[in-house]
Amino acid sequence: MGLITLENVSKIYGEDVKALDNISLDIKEGEWVSIMGPSGSGKSTMLNLIGCMDTPSKGVVKIDGIDISELDKKELTKVRREKIGLVFQQFHLVPYLTAVENVMVAQYYHSMAEEEEARKALERVGLGHRGNHLPKELSGGEQQRVCIARALINYPKLILADEPTGNLDKENENIVLDLFNELHDQGHTIMMVTHDPKVGQLAERQINLDHGKLKDTPQISKERGLVS
Amino acid sequence: MFLRIIRRSLTRGLKSKLLAIVAIAFGASLATAMFSVSLDIGDKINNELKSYGSNIVVEPESESLPVKVNGVDFNPITQNKDYIPEKHIPKIKMIFWRHNIVNLAPYLEANAQLSEDQRVAVVGTWFDRKIRIPTGEKFNFGVKHLKSWWEIQGDWIKNGDNKALALVGREVAEASNLKPGDELNLDFNINGQTVNKKVKVKGIIDSGGKEESKVYLPLNLLQEITGLKDKVAKVEVSALTTPVNDLARRAQENPDALSDEEFEKWYCTAYVSSITYQIEEVIPGVVAKEVRQIAQSEGVILNKIKLLMFLVTLAALISSGLGISSIMTTKVLERRQEIGLLKAIGSSNLGVIALFVTEISLLGVLGGVLGYGLGIGFASLIGQQVFGTAISVKLLVMPIILVLSIIVALLGSISPLRIALKLEPAEVLHG
Repeated sequence: MGLITLENVSKIYGEDVKALDNISLDIKEGEWVSIMGPSGSGKSTMLNLIGCMDTPSKGVVKIDGIDISELDKKELTKVRREKIGLVFQQFHLVPYLTAVENVMVAQYYHSMAEEEEARKALERVGLGHRGNHLPKELSGGEQQRVCIARALINYPKLILADEPTGNLDKENENIVLDLFNELHDQGHTIMMVTHDPKVGQLAERQINLDHGKLKDTPQISKERGLVS
Repeated sequence: MFLRIIRRSLTRGLKSKLLAIVAIAFGASLATAMFSVSLDIGDKINNELKSYGSNIVVEPESESLPVKVNGVDFNPITQNKDYIPEKHIPKIKMIFWRHNIVNLAPYLEANAQLSEDQRVAVVGTWFDRKIRIPTGEKFNFGVKHLKSWWEIQGDWIKNGDNKALALVGREVAEASNLKPGDELNLDFNINGQTVNKKVKVKGIIDSGGKEESKVYLPLNLLQEITGLKDKVAKVEVSALTTPVNDLARRAQENPDALSDEEFEKWYCTAYVSSITYQIEEVIPGVVAKEVRQIAQSEGVILNKIKLLMFLVTLAALISSGLGISSIMTTKVLERRQEIGLLKAIGSSNLGVIALFVTEISLLGVLGGVLGYGLGIGFASLIGQQVFGTAISVKLLVMPIILVLSIIVALLGSISPLRIALKLEPAEVLHG
């Protein structure tokens, strides 16, 4: 059994708007999977379900063996806190906290905030010298690296990234993708939503969605390697 | 970390936070002013009303009996009239509610001939007597304070003036063509013998009442003339009282009918009836009676003014709460991504609410402190403009205002906090 299992999962809004339609898939621990598809294909809905920010209308979603389909909001928050590190397209840092404090916030809600450990996490993403800066004092790439440090700080089973390079220039995109490569090499499980084929090809497997359905059989990408 | 987040958060969006503080301060300042005036107003209004006279009369027990029917005197002891020993009067200032005894004045009355065809009532009293009670405290009592509306042409008779001085009512002065500094010749009929006393007119009383037809002498002088040493016929007392309620009415009818608990509550509340009861306890053989109309109107006026102030305060606090609600709703909407993010990285709803509640409470405290300062100023202004005296600053008001400010800030934040609670991370973080 994989780290993430979806069994006949559907998400239906209203009476018949199917954002996801009878999806089944399995993601193994240590795997890097990209979810691709055009707008409205159900990428974000799948990310919400796997990220414990929503529950399916039908079917079963299991994260590390826990069936989240029937969990209430409080229990979903606990699973998210314990198992998942989130990285968003628009960075989403608390604007009045410094870089190191933004990392510590995730520690605080998980267990206990430790500044030294948070600074080490920033060093891992190459921002050891920027810990005391506010988000507005950081470039887009730096902000996204703070988000990656925040996602890693609690040693999550899964890193869930929603278009992590969508708001970055080429240079910063490469820096961030290098980071994901490193994390994957270290054994982290990564699930990345993207509409960029180049970014998608970095994953071991691409999952293509179209109108809420799996478009083709999940595949292993032929060429995977560092982009820079 | 929690405090670190709060500290950082407080330094952001200073303009809206300042607005919130001002909104809270607005309500808090009015509440402070009204509380301060309200706590002080009882004394102030009572003092205002006391300026229109006493509200308790103390007489010897025999004098309180109904002795006249259709003008015929049936009092069996009229010929042997009872008096109150003057030395007992300070005891009135030693009852349980002694601090509520504002003023008092004893009276002794006699008749005198001014001329062959002019008879006048002569009253002996304290004008401005300094007395010392066994606790060592000193007080100035007398008609100068009790009848503050009297206008004196000339001078009051001062403390210690036991010489042949008199204050003469306007009617008497006009009938005899007297003015301050003139000499007045009084003939008293004491036990069938005429006793003549010459007194110097110190002042003319203009009161608009029956006092204008009387002559007032120092009490000791009249006691000397009449041979009634250390005796007074009655004492008028001005006391600060609590409005009458059902318990007070029942106690007035019969204090013995109260249960022990009721009696204790009544005794320890400054009702007119409990004060008169306590006066009768300390001076045996007297009856202390309430001058009903004044006491009752005091209660009615006081209650109405307090109700008005309560309503004004309530309106101010409601408008503060609405102001806070509007400001906080804007803030929550501005910070919805931050709220969504905190929830996404693991904060529970309680965690988010705790942040906002702490922040709002701190704004409440700051607004409360600012409002308290302003309110003291308002209270002082009201005191000067309405009552002509300063309103005393009571420290008790400070914690009440701070708690009230926090409550108003929190109540005003209920609606925005509900928005924060309903926010789903997925709704605000994608795209």
